Amino acid sequence: MKSISKKKTKSISYSKWGYIFLIPFFTIYIIFSLIPLISTFNNSFFENYMVGLTQIGPNFVGLDNYRAILFDSDLPKFALNTLIIWLLGFIPQIIISMTLAIWFTSARLNLKLTGFFKTVIYMPNLIMAAAFSMLFWALFSDIGPVNNLIVALGHEPISFLQSVNGNRGLIALMNFLMWFGNTTILLMAGIMGIDNSILEAAQIDGANAWKTFWHVTIPSIKPILVYVFLTSLIGGIQMFDVPQVLTNAEGGPNRTSMTMIMYLNKHLYSKNYGLAGALSVILLIITAILSFIVYRNLTERAEK
Amino acid sequence: MIKFKRIIALTLVMIMGLTFVACGNDTSDVATPPVSEEKDTKDVSQSEPEVKAGKVLNIWGWNTEFQGLFKTYFEDAGLVPDGIEVKFTIVPNEDNAYQNALDEALLNQETASDDEKIDLFLVEADYALKYVESDYTLDIIKDVGLTDGDIAGQYKYTQEIVTDSNGAIKGTSWQATPGLFAYRRSIAKDVLGTDDPVEVQEALSTWDKFYDVAEKASAKGYKMLSGYDDSYRTFSNNVSNPWVDKDNTIVLDDNIVKWIEQTKEFTDKGYNNKSTLWDDQWAADQGPSGKVFGFFYSTWGINFTLLGNALETPLPDGITATSDPDAFKEATEGNGIFGDYGVVEGPQNYYWGGSWLCAATGSDNLELVQEIMRTMTCDPDTLITITKDTQDFTNNIEAMESLAADDNFASAFLGGQNHIKLFAESAKGIDMSNISPYDQGLNEEIQTAFRDYFNGTVDYDTALNNFYTAAVEKYPNLKKPN
Repeated sequence: MKSISKKKTKSISYSKWGYIFLIPFFTIYIIFSLIPLISTFNNSFFENYMVGLTQIGPNFVGLDNYRAILFDSDLPKFALNTLIIWLLGFIPQIIISMTLAIWFTSARLNLKLTGFFKTVIYMPNLIMAAAFSMLFWALFSDIGPVNNLIVALGHEPISFLQSVNGNRGLIALMNFLMWFGNTTILLMAGIMGIDNSILEAAQIDGANAWKTFWHVTIPSIKPILVYVFLTSLIGGIQMFDVPQVLTNAEGGPNRTSMTMIMYLNKHLYSKNYGLAGALSVILLIITAILSFIVYRNLTERAEK
Repeated sequence: MIKFKRIIALTLVMIMGLTFVACGNDTSDVATPPVSEEKDTKDVSQSEPEVKAGKVLNIWGWNTEFQGLFKTYFEDAGLVPDGIEVKFTIVPNEDNAYQNALDEALLNQETASDDEKIDLFLVEADYALKYVESDYTLDIIKDVGLTDGDIAGQYKYTQEIVTDSNGAIKGTSWQATPGLFAYRRSIAKDVLGTDDPVEVQEALSTWDKFYDVAEKASAKGYKMLSGYDDSYRTFSNNVSNPWVDKDNTIVLDDNIVKWIEQTKEFTDKGYNNKSTLWDDQWAADQGPSGKVFGFFYSTWGINFTLLGNALETPLPDGITATSDPDAFKEATEGNGIFGDYGVVEGPQNYYWGGSWLCAATGSDNLELVQEIMRTMTCDPDTLITITKDTQDFTNNIEAMESLAADDNFASAFLGGQNHIKLFAESAKGIDMSNISPYDQGLNEEIQTAFRDYFNGTVDYDTALNNFYTAAVEKYPNLKKPN
């Protein structure tokens, strides 16, 4: 009798391991994500900041912080900055990545050393963004090497970091350099997933490379494209490190390169937890909507 | 996966970013890392005497100026008791980084272990009031144990600035910081036909004359000033009201407006080099390749910043004018533009900066703190040696007056001029009654906001508005004027 019951429990008990293995994730998630998330929500309803060494609040102020952020701050301007800088980086990124992905996977071109190039274009992503930004800051400063070169070639020096386009352009360039390799690899994975027979069929039917690309490749990798687009957009909303370091936290001339997270950081830096909380919640909502779109898009695809 | 990676990367980078924010740091000493902790361990191996004091003396500051002085005149003089370790924590000043770090540490002072408690920290005039009016600083007479006699020789204003509303003196300084205008002798000769301080002063004695010289210098291919913020202190430290009034409303003083007007004119006419305070261009302008007529600098600026920037090769460690005069002469002669600077009062009397030592509440090394304060800020012999060594203007009226009257005292760096004479004169006029606890943040923000205006990116009203926005972000309790 004993031995049977022992056997029984033994055979059932395996499933508990599934939960046990999940414990580390949930512990970490609760401590580092869920609790901060809830306290952010909580903070956003209070007036709570430091003046020197004295704490003001927390006093419950309802939705005042939200009102201040939405109607009485430059948030729309910073959102627009973020969008412009993101587009400046994303458009060339998707074009170049798509071209490279097609070249690397093309059976006709049959490029040599693709492994090597794939590694090289991925490299910039391995550098810490802040360090990368610091490097550009030094390179493009008024008396930096780039300006030395310009002067040596007989032109007037350009104050990159004092101009709107200079700042935005450099930030976009850095984002582009850091992420185009990654996007290329994602797109390649998508293109390689296309059944070769479809491509061959198109060619037999007389489609040229351009037509094949538009009517076969693009529709086939649409989910990957959407995924790339939205992850990049969410990454764009969270843009912080590169412009923060490049513009020394000031957001360039007239704050034209200040992103939304940099604005958040301004409030956090002065320990204004109420406004920072409200702003975080607003950003969370925007990001959540976008994430929901990705999720729906991907699951729809799977159901088909 | 990318998103996850990005989030991880973002978190890491935000942490790193916070360190980087402060990178355009406040010390001119380029070789100094932005954040450094240095331990000066005394030989602990000896048998421990019964010290009831803490074993670690924690000193906080925003640059290595005091650290250097402390090492030379206190530690190397054998004044640190055996078995006590002195630990410096340096956080750069810019963007309130030092204040934020210090606040955090002071708020945790009660719960920190004895060896972690701050014992001594430095504050600047721009935010001294914030700490003086708090319970985190100790009365240097009643609590720390200095006597009225100890501090009797100091410049009065250096005490008034750190006196709280109850009349307790909460800090003490080794220096007084009157400001002067340091000019390049070679350029003055070219522009004015003379490098004699008396005649140069005559040519620069009012702002109108200053403009004329700027025009002449510009015609010869020089810049009058390096950047936008160079003359800022001559205006901002002569304001008629504090930055913030009783209702916590920001007040834009007429003098600040004058600075804006002047700088805009200088920029448009090409009289300055469009640099900003502490940036590479600004530092380079002070060096051998610079083409800038002069710099507004106060005492510490001349010995600590200008001297360093003027040299082609830095001085070897530990060499000072008194410790090894021959080596000092050899190291400096013909090095960069050593000797090419002179100083004059300039168009307006002003002061700039200054460092005060404050004893932190909860310190477990009060006796040593008292000893440090007495030696470094009250002892006439130490102060006079510091002046002779570093050219700094130290906080002892009698000693400074005697040096001012001493015809043999001359600064080789300033081409043999007795600059103490000018400083001693200028120091009498220092009035710090209009400082506020918000000065650092507001000074920085107005310089940043109006840089766009000087560059021509935005108009005056936009720049002013940007200033108010940034100011309220930094100090949420302040209000912008209607």
